[in-house]
Amino acid sequence: MTESTWMRRVLIGIALAFLGLVLIVPLGTVFGGALEKGFANAFHEVQDPITGAAILLTLKMAAVVVPLNLIFGISAAWSIAKFDFFGKKILMTLIDLPFTVSPVVSGLIFVLLFGAQGLLGPWLAAHDIQVIFAIPGIIIATLFVTFPYVARELIPIMQAQGNDQEEAAVTMGANGWQTFYHVTLPNIRWGLIYGVILLNARAMGEFGAVSVVSGHVRGLTNTIPLHVEILYNEYNLVGAFCVASILAFLAIGTLIAKVLVKKQGEL
Amino acid sequence: MNIKIEHLRKNFSDFTAVNDVSFTVSESEFVTLLGPSGSGKSTVLRLIAGLESPDSGIIEVNGEDVTRIPVQERKVGFVFQHYALFRHMSILDNIAFGLKVRGVKRSVREAKAKELLHLVGLSGLDRRMPTQLSGGQRQRVALARALAPEPGLLLLDEPFGALDARLRKELRSWLKKLHERIKLTTLLVTHDQEEALELSDKVLVMNQGRIEQEAAPQAIFDKPATEFVAAFVGETNRVEAIVQDGEVYWGPLRFGSYYVPDGSKVTVHFRPNDVYVASQPGEAHTAGVIRSILFLGATESLEIELDKGHTITAHVPTGVAAQSGFHLGKEVYVSVTRSHIFFSLGSA
Repeated sequence: MTESTWMRRVLIGIALAFLGLVLIVPLGTVFGGALEKGFANAFHEVQDPITGAAILLTLKMAAVVVPLNLIFGISAAWSIAKFDFFGKKILMTLIDLPFTVSPVVSGLIFVLLFGAQGLLGPWLAAHDIQVIFAIPGIIIATLFVTFPYVARELIPIMQAQGNDQEEAAVTMGANGWQTFYHVTLPNIRWGLIYGVILLNARAMGEFGAVSVVSGHVRGLTNTIPLHVEILYNEYNLVGAFCVASILAFLAIGTLIAKVLVKKQGEL
Repeated sequence: MNIKIEHLRKNFSDFTAVNDVSFTVSESEFVTLLGPSGSGKSTVLRLIAGLESPDSGIIEVNGEDVTRIPVQERKVGFVFQHYALFRHMSILDNIAFGLKVRGVKRSVREAKAKELLHLVGLSGLDRRMPTQLSGGQRQRVALARALAPEPGLLLLDEPFGALDARLRKELRSWLKKLHERIKLTTLLVTHDQEEALELSDKVLVMNQGRIEQEAAPQAIFDKPATEFVAAFVGETNRVEAIVQDGEVYWGPLRFGSYYVPDGSKVTVHFRPNDVYVASQPGEAHTAGVIRSILFLGATESLEIELDKGHTITAHVPTGVAAQSGFHLGKEVYVSVTRSHIFFSLGSA
């Protein structure tokens, strides 16, 4: 390197200052705000039954969304990486759609589709199925917003590995499932875990799309991020910061898990 | 296992990879598909394995049509150019894989895998991971793995293509010995003519999806059926000659007489080691001047200008070259001892 020492220090300084301003300070504020009235009070806030319902709903929603998007992600990555078919380019573009569409807009799409005045509204009403302002709507919106994560993580890995090992397995007599389980899955496992971690974090933290479809029914259709907003709007700042801390912990946990998985995958 | 291939065809969108290919492989025979890249040889191998399905044609194994039978049921062992070992499995688990998926008991399959590891000369490496082996060792493991389910047919797709020249030679003679021992019907795909000539009972030379010649290695080399075979297998001098008074001429060289119309265009191939070079004039020897000398080790490659526009290449044993005192600018006398003449359809 030809840069002088002071130049290097300035650059590192800028990076650290920026990081502090947009990351450390807000995180500190969240935890600081939560603990403003002491640990006991923070604990009490989190134990509020409505908060508990929000946490439970978020976990339930993730328990449905993560497996579904895992299956979708593996199928999409497998078909894109291993086969040539008509419409492959379109499928690849569509997978990225949730990245480019604003979450609020995607929420609105589902309201227009499943809402009382929506395209499928009358049919759903006739069959007594409620999607919008209910849990199914939250799940569908979250599914949409998070569906690129696993596929995007796996496609480059699968493309780089090619088909050789799978072909070797089938010539030795392995059927499709045996080939997937014994050959493909071990080769993609770290990428898969990495994708699932990102998927889970995004699913639990999603605000925009879920906000539009949930209807904010307290104790029923409120996820953690929505609950934070309600508490904040009601001037319960300590409560809002306490619940936000849960999401912050989730984010930090995700970050640590990501680093660990990446390290494993490189071994 | 014997194989009969009839009128096999395979297109990839608008590219014809295999174009009406027919041949047979007898029990215990070692047959090589030789050709440049893109000639369709690997596709033929993949069609036989069942990794691709043909657009038309029949693949028969032991008299039974297997064209539409899935790959798992074809009982072939396939070895890939880049080994395709399972990276996350030990060497032993790699070799035992084919038995594991068939539900063979662990103790039985591990004993069998160890036996095969011994056969390929890698005893003791069973607990290693593929990344801990050299390229040559990996390919031997790949071979052991392909042999484990006791296939009736071994298919080798450029198995030594990723190895350096010395190792390739070593593995070649090792494979030949192994084949003599286990006598398994084997089909090898390669672009390396030395490999094909050294290993095979029969060579099929492929070009643009077709078989140009099917013959024993010696015949491929000595009696090329087409111009492509003459040029692809071994080095040649290729010259375009004309026919005058029923005789084929190229500059001062004469290549014998043929019953073709005068003025016909013919292509003549002759190998540099079929050019006899002498320092003294003799009967039917054509004069020329040495224009360049290339030292190749056991032989020297001489470029000899016969007259303006007519230069040929000759290979002379290094000892002979030294004895005869060949040097740049020296006048020498040449005769072509053997040549292959191909008639083109058009006339001049």
